[in-house]
Amino acid sequence: MLSPYRILDLTNERGFICGKVLADLGADVIKIEKPGGDPARSIGPFYHDIPDPEKSLYWFAFNTNKRGITLDIDTVDGKEIFKRLTKNSDIVIESFDPGVMDRLGLGYSALSQVNPRVIVTSITGFGQTGPYKHYKAPDIVVWALSGNAYVTGDPDRAPVMSSFPFSYIVGGALQAAVGTMVALHHRERTGEGQHVDASAQLSLSWPVSAEPYAMWIEEGTIMKRQGRIWKRPQVLAGKKTFWVATPMVYQCKDGDINFVIMAGLGYGMSTNALSKWVESEGMASETTKGIDWCKMEWSQVNQEMVDGVVKDFSRFFMAHTKAELLEGASKRGIMLYPVLRPKDIRELNQLKSRDYWVKVDHPELETSITYHGPFLKTTESFDTVCRRAPLIGEHNEEIYLRELGLSKEELLTLKQMNVI
Amino acid sequence: MRPFEGVNVLDFTWVGVGPLTVNYLNYYGPTTIKVESSQRPDPHRFTSPFKGGVIGPETSYYFNHAHPTKCLDITLNMNHPKAREIAKRLVAWADIVAESFTPGTMEKWGLDYENLKEIKPDIIMLRTCMQGQTGPSAKQPGLGLVLVALSGYVEIMGWPDRPPCGFSSAFTDFIAPLFNAVSVMAALDYRRRTGKGMCLDISQHEAVLHCIGPLILDSVVNRREPTRSGNRLPNAAPHGMYRCKGEDRWCAIAVFTDEEWKSFCRVVGTPAWTKDPKFQTLLGRKQNEDELDGFVEEWTRERSPEEVMPSMQAAGVGAGVAENVKDMNEDPQLKHYRLFQALEHPYFGNEPYYFPPGFTLSKAPYERARPPLLGEYNEYVYTKLLGIPDEEFVQLMKEGVFD
Repeated sequence: MLSPYRILDLTNERGFICGKVLADLGADVIKIEKPGGDPARSIGPFYHDIPDPEKSLYWFAFNTNKRGITLDIDTVDGKEIFKRLTKNSDIVIESFDPGVMDRLGLGYSALSQVNPRVIVTSITGFGQTGPYKHYKAPDIVVWALSGNAYVTGDPDRAPVMSSFPFSYIVGGALQAAVGTMVALHHRERTGEGQHVDASAQLSLSWPVSAEPYAMWIEEGTIMKRQGRIWKRPQVLAGKKTFWVATPMVYQCKDGDINFVIMAGLGYGMSTNALSKWVESEGMASETTKGIDWCKMEWSQVNQEMVDGVVKDFSRFFMAHTKAELLEGASKRGIMLYPVLRPKDIRELNQLKSRDYWVKVDHPELETSITYHGPFLKTTESFDTVCRRAPLIGEHNEEIYLRELGLSKEELLTLKQMNVI
Repeated sequence: MRPFEGVNVLDFTWVGVGPLTVNYLNYYGPTTIKVESSQRPDPHRFTSPFKGGVIGPETSYYFNHAHPTKCLDITLNMNHPKAREIAKRLVAWADIVAESFTPGTMEKWGLDYENLKEIKPDIIMLRTCMQGQTGPSAKQPGLGLVLVALSGYVEIMGWPDRPPCGFSSAFTDFIAPLFNAVSVMAALDYRRRTGKGMCLDISQHEAVLHCIGPLILDSVVNRREPTRSGNRLPNAAPHGMYRCKGEDRWCAIAVFTDEEWKSFCRVVGTPAWTKDPKFQTLLGRKQNEDELDGFVEEWTRERSPEEVMPSMQAAGVGAGVAENVKDMNEDPQLKHYRLFQALEHPYFGNEPYYFPPGFTLSKAPYERARPPLLGEYNEYVYTKLLGIPDEEFVQLMKEGVFD
């Protein structure tokens, strides 16, 4: 879909997925690494647990469909070559700290002189400007300052972040890909490139979601983390706000599942369908049998009702496995999903039936590895072959000799100077 | 000319992911018609809490949060045969049709991709739902609140000695739209170059799995499954959220390198424990992490997070206040990027929480707008844009076509 576009990808692990998404859509993304390989190649896990720059599964996962070259942009020759590459590229993606590209002489203003149509996309923790721009911004710091930490975790313990750090992946880097596409449309209309400034903090303020703001505006209440429980506020005109607690995560026979009692138009059918199922197995109390969740809004629900129903549901879940619950929920139109690990996800019939999983050849490892497949299906047939992530300098000759027009001697010299 | 000026979007989406996808277009100038029905409004409109506790279609905070951009809201009762004819005229007007129903709904209305294509051969149709348009579970409804479980995200949230704690919001509702938006913008660019439209079937589940790719490959290749580690990482210590002075106040601190460790020790005033040989190496700190965290917290507990963060950051150590909603309001960096913009709304007054995209473009400013009222643009869309004569409009209204 994006095959005419060439993208130079200077990112570290904070930005990999931005270029990956565009590469998956067909753009020619060239990952530029330091000679010797990108430092992120040392991030585990590794193929068969062998730490090796060519065996990082982290690298594999986020760099499929990219080509790879080595180039030291700290050197004068390296900068010059980077500018020559920029001349024939549409987009540059980078995730250095703010100001680094400018100091290298490769900031947006310098690159736009070389190619006025170029789009430069920057991914950082806090953005290119503002009082925190130079703050160190590891995932946990972004998670904290975006407001997510405070509302996530068990109430009797510290705020918590995911054990797989993904503040940049789900936040800044994916937003950067959207911003890049907007800039591409802008360019098609105006002919001019621009600078895209993506901030992980700003991006991640979205999932804090509506409720904390609502309660702050309504009555100055600060909402706290509640672990597996959702304490939903009921604000009613002229009445004191009260809170009804309903679980979001329940225990079942062999693990946990996510299910939320929902009421009202568009949501209530799911709760009703579960009530019916529980009833059909003789496990529903009069409370559960007596409630039509479509006929009421959350504000009409009280804790006693919820507790009665939760008791039945909890007992029912404990009598069933995750697989049974998923199958039954899927059949009955219930909004219930089990808490899965990757190996369970790999077993899902739904994904298998959609041919989600793809085998990717890794000739150097003399094997092929099953990957998560494309994130979209289209009616237009595109080349959806998934190519493994590039090896260190894999496309040096292809790009420098055939596409950029360096001579073999020049390439050799640059290699000896450790520029390439 | 704005990036999407002149692009017509017919938006049937509702609740979270659909509107949160279309927003990324709407920030940049298309004409978007949001199709609702008073018989079947966007369920977010009736999701509590409500402004002033008054239940109604225009007072939901959830609906506001998901609609900070300009669109023309109409009501059209799709159960009415005449409404379906009007919908087809709107399709002829549109460049993009977006929908986020449980699969089968558009088919029921005669608005599946094949039908759309007949009306408008180069139409782009974006279909977003939980698990994709095909397969045995396609029709299972869901919400981001529970999709986090199916996507492996819940399993990795929480403490090693406890079951997972999960998320506080429909977390994937804020990730899937980014895949959708990139895809639909790519399809639009493809159409410009080739003249060809397409249908995009994007499973929210399949998309968000990309964000935990390394965990999937670790499972495939090494048969290893991820576990919960609270706030700890294998390559950093101290690394966590530390209790500070005040009620439920916390600050994140993250020490990865030797240099950061030295700076950290200076900031805490180099007490004796910082010189303990067992804390001098990362491996030593990891081995004695409980004890280390205890010492760190002894220091943080005497200080507010607003003191801890800048003193650590000034020394080059990653640190950040675990901000609550009040802190977010006062955060100078979020203010700098204008996270919260106030806009006049007939029911909310000067409501201050309309969000921007997570990126800023140097030459293409985004534009926010208050959310549309239900059916606010009926007259404009039906009589001006579609050119239905006034008498016919009134007649159709009487027949309940625009309910």
